[in-house]
Amino acid sequence: MNFRLLSKRLLFLLMVVWAASTITFFIPRISPKNPVRERFAELARTGGFSPEDLEVIVADYSQRFGLDKPLLQQYGDYMWGILRFDLGISLNKFPKTVMQLIYESLPWTIGLVFITTILSFILGNWLGALAAWPRSPDWLKNIATSFVLFQGVPPVLLGILLIFFIGFKLKLLPLGGAYSIGTVPDQSIGFFLDVLRHQLLPGIALVLGSVGGWVISMRGMGVTIQGEDYVTFAEHKGLGPRVIFRDYYLRNALLPQITGLALALGNLVTSAIVVEGIFALPGLGTMLNSAIRSNDFSVIYGIVLFITIGIATLMVIVEFLYPLLDPRIRHQ
Amino acid sequence: MKPVLKVVDLEVSYYTDAGRAKALDRVNLELNAGEKIGLVGESGSGKSTMALAMMRMIKPPGRIEHGQVIVDGNDLTSLSDEQMLKARLSQIAYIPQGAMNSLNPVTRIGAQMIDAIKAHSPNMPKDKMRARSLKALESVELKPEVFRMYAHELSGGMKQRVCIAIGILLEPKVIIADEPTSALDVVTQRQVMETINKVQAEIGAAVILIGHDMGLMAQSMDKVAVMYAGRLVEVSTVKEMFTAPKHPYSQALIRSLPKLDVRGVFQGIPGLAPSLLRLPSGCAFHPRCQEAMDKCKTLRPENQVLASGSRVTCHLYGEGA
Repeated sequence: MNFRLLSKRLLFLLMVVWAASTITFFIPRISPKNPVRERFAELARTGGFSPEDLEVIVADYSQRFGLDKPLLQQYGDYMWGILRFDLGISLNKFPKTVMQLIYESLPWTIGLVFITTILSFILGNWLGALAAWPRSPDWLKNIATSFVLFQGVPPVLLGILLIFFIGFKLKLLPLGGAYSIGTVPDQSIGFFLDVLRHQLLPGIALVLGSVGGWVISMRGMGVTIQGEDYVTFAEHKGLGPRVIFRDYYLRNALLPQITGLALALGNLVTSAIVVEGIFALPGLGTMLNSAIRSNDFSVIYGIVLFITIGIATLMVIVEFLYPLLDPRIRHQ
Repeated sequence: MKPVLKVVDLEVSYYTDAGRAKALDRVNLELNAGEKIGLVGESGSGKSTMALAMMRMIKPPGRIEHGQVIVDGNDLTSLSDEQMLKARLSQIAYIPQGAMNSLNPVTRIGAQMIDAIKAHSPNMPKDKMRARSLKALESVELKPEVFRMYAHELSGGMKQRVCIAIGILLEPKVIIADEPTSALDVVTQRQVMETINKVQAEIGAAVILIGHDMGLMAQSMDKVAVMYAGRLVEVSTVKEMFTAPKHPYSQALIRSLPKLDVRGVFQGIPGLAPSLLRLPSGCAFHPRCQEAMDKCKTLRPENQVLASGSRVTCHLYGEGA
């Protein structure tokens, strides 16, 4: 891996961070809504203080959040904050910072959505590769291709169907929530198993929803690779099917799938919003959802910025993984 | 001399939607150790099918209907699939047209040589496998550095040499080279042919070279076999083939070659090769043959050995003529 490429990619990453943070800085400021006024107007409607005091309170808070300063100075403060991983303070959950909120919800999302994305990548590619392999038994090919059916079912519907049949009718797994009501989170095995039980249904919904896509694309790649001369020559060399499958067929068919994985990771949060919503789970998706409902601008744009940076970083990592798998792009 | 390769009545069919295509029709061939034979014929005449059938690599919808391929006394068609895996490369090796992509792009050349050895002798120590691979690279005149390189780092000629090196790794008795020089320029073609000749002499294997290039055949082969519509119509020594070809198809083939001393219009062979689905009755060549007789249309000619040593399948020769 050469130094020039590394610095080029890191520079690119910095540009992405800069562009994303600039956009997330300006969008809420272009918006006609003043988040502070929105918040307190809502409080005023439920009673507590008179509307005349509202303007005083808004002016006071605007000063505290630095919203009364000139735009350029605000921009400078904002960028300086980002460099120190400071995304500001939540308007809705006031004393908590946006970073604190992200830290609280991120592990849930990584634990569910990230792991299921990886899991369905492995499962889908394995099944797809076997589905295209002429020596696979027919039942295996049929199982593999039947996963493609689920690809057409919207994730929302899939989640609701799973909750209804497995959770509600059969009562096999809990209906939702991250852990049983009444338990206190701790580090014990019991709590861990309880969480796992609750993550099973949303996990199944996510895997079923995405595994089919991997199966079809891998099957297509597999059929192409089998026609390649090097696979035929490997047979002429007298290699066993196991070695041909692993070293000649799978390794080559997997290459474009890695790019697909990077793209799938980019969709992480989109699926998190849906699935965490249906199964009432904590996580980035739920956090983003509630922030949008309560006009919590700093949390919305904090999460958006965080996700953008996270995905850009993942992309760069995948790009550095790629030459390790394919020697042909090592020298460029 | 006992022949090292004996192909007896080999027959291969492809089952297509339009019917059964006889790609190889009762082919007989004998080859002595160290002998080099060129297999020529137009596209679709069954050259590659014959190579695949000898390796037992015919895939569905194709099938070896019957016949035997005897290498060094062992009938390959009677081996189990497991035994056949072992026989490939160690008894009979296939060298593909390697200039394109016969090498795995994502693993090193060395790894692709080692895995071939490993498949046949899993217990051989690693350094011995390595030494053997390096020796094979040396005999095809490649630098030892190639062992650590990838296919995309090699030129077309070098890739072809690597394929040859892999083919001779286990010193097989028979080497089948399927158009090893196509897609290469003439200088590299010559170098590759010299390499094949050199390694062939080193290990004393019999060579079957498949190709279209008659000039190449004349330069480096001992014998030439001509195929037409899945049948072997003539097997002669190179000298015999180029000076006095016996079968009318061979004669037409030789006539069609451009000559340096005679300026003129190229002579083709009138008509087209027949469809394998609907072969003409009798001799498959009779509709295009200028010397066709009545019995050519109904009676299929038998294989006969002439006084010159040529083997020919034609009614013009033998007792009936």
